[in-house]
Amino acid sequence: MEDNKIICVSCPMGCRMTIQSKDGKIISVTGNTCPKGIKYAEEEFVNPLRILPTTVKVIGGELPLVSVKTEKAIPKKLLLEAMVEIAEIEVNAPVKIGQVIKSDLLGTGVSLVATRNIKRADFSSIKL
Amino acid sequence: MKLKYDLVIIGGGPAGLAVALEARRNTVKDILLLERDKYLGGILPQCIHNGFGLQYFKEELTGPEYAERFITKLNDNQIDVKTKTMVIKVTSDKRIIAINRNDGLLHIQAKAVVLAMGCREKTREAIAIPGNRPAGIFTAGTAQRYINIEGYIPGREVVVLGSGDIGMIMARRMTLEGARVKAVLEIMPFSTGLIRNRVQCLDDFNIPLKFNHTITRIEGERRVKRVTVARVDKNLQAIPGTEEEISCDTILLSVGLIPENELTGESGIKLDPITRGPIVNENRETEIEGIFACGNVLHVHDLADFVTEEGKIVGRAIGEYLKRNRKFRSQPIKIVPGENIAYVVPQHIDFIIPDRKKIKIFMRVKKPVEKVKINLLDDKGKLLGSYKKRIVTPGEMVSVYLPEILLDDKLKNIIISIKKD
Repeated sequence: MEDNKIICVSCPMGCRMTIQSKDGKIISVTGNTCPKGIKYAEEEFVNPLRILPTTVKVIGGELPLVSVKTEKAIPKKLLLEAMVEIAEIEVNAPVKIGQVIKSDLLGTGVSLVATRNIKRADFSSIKL
Repeated sequence: MKLKYDLVIIGGGPAGLAVALEARRNTVKDILLLERDKYLGGILPQCIHNGFGLQYFKEELTGPEYAERFITKLNDNQIDVKTKTMVIKVTSDKRIIAINRNDGLLHIQAKAVVLAMGCREKTREAIAIPGNRPAGIFTAGTAQRYINIEGYIPGREVVVLGSGDIGMIMARRMTLEGARVKAVLEIMPFSTGLIRNRVQCLDDFNIPLKFNHTITRIEGERRVKRVTVARVDKNLQAIPGTEEEISCDTILLSVGLIPENELTGESGIKLDPITRGPIVNENRETEIEGIFACGNVLHVHDLADFVTEEGKIVGRAIGEYLKRNRKFRSQPIKIVPGENIAYVVPQHIDFIIPDRKKIKIFMRVKKPVEKVKINLLDDKGKLLGSYKKRIVTPGEMVSVYLPEILLDDKLKNIIISIKKD
């Protein structure tokens, strides 16, 4: 038997719940005050997923970075590993919102997409 | 260049964007949107995390995506936009003085003005932390801009003071970028941020959150070297003997936001001492007719979605104002904060609107309580309405609908208070 303590994020109550499990199977959930808690506990226990928002380096853009996110949530345990892979990526300006920056991140099948537009840097006003 | 507009909006963040679009939808022409940064969106482009739009678009977006939804539409509607333009004065007769590099000094006359300047973060000076004055002390939002827009990492070993949303989000962001966040300290016995941020930003990364703790001293010569932290008593005073030292090179402050009201104050508009924003009626119109305010300049919101909602109220109201299509009540009804209510917005109700069914009242509570009733009372203590809530906390804005049917001619005050159910 194993006890996992989690806080439900379904509403501002933030119920402190205990998931009792054996061999990776939930036996009981306690501490919740509504059915949403059970559903949340099950999702968090079986395979907690998170969207990963971060930034990627832009070459020749009006800003040095473009904000990106994983198009869908990926397993929570992969977040730091994904950051290492994303750190290697560079993208050329212009970048369009929704543009795929990297497909199949870490073999998850989930794409990394841009979340804003970045124009090409305008050097026309600079006299050399 | 054009110097006369029906509507001038100061600030191109979520509030200003919503006003511009909603005013257009309500047949307002000749709109000018002024923004001091080089791009629109206000703080949204640096809020790269998800969690925006769940209320307004019913889908989860990041800050830059949320901003883009509005900015795209703005281009279609031929609203004049001036970025890199700083407003330096608003007068009570609705003249706006602004400056930028292309046009120089601008004197613009408007029929209606919207104050949508947002808010600022409290700094170390605002909370007076003793110690040295080394480099490495940032507000959380400044660090957010460095990391997410400009591409600098402000430090490697971090202590966050304050468990506001930006503080928690930056604790996660810095962890993802390879820094070590040693602790998040919260002086109160509860978090002032959203519960989801506490779980997904701190618990997910095993970042300790210490309630009833604060920084009592900062040390370091050129750069922050360490902080002394201590437990506080119920009067928020450090308890001697509980001090411990944490070595770090960076301190992020997430200790509250203050509406940015220099322009408002100079124009002669009265501010609410609690919200630190202007006092407004249900149209978010200040005591000067035709000058409106919305978003974080009015009161600090938890979600951009609520700011959009408020901007739309103003956009619609400006349509009515410019058409001179309004009927005032014989006397305004004041909405008065009662037990455990820090503030309410709007502060008064001025208009008779025949087809209006209800008015949404926003409020922030002083302390968290579970299983409560929000009671609306008149002057004589008669119960006008009562709403049950499972929980109210200072970190999450509370709203109730005030039915129009209750607002009879004799009503002078409505007192809102929170009672344990």
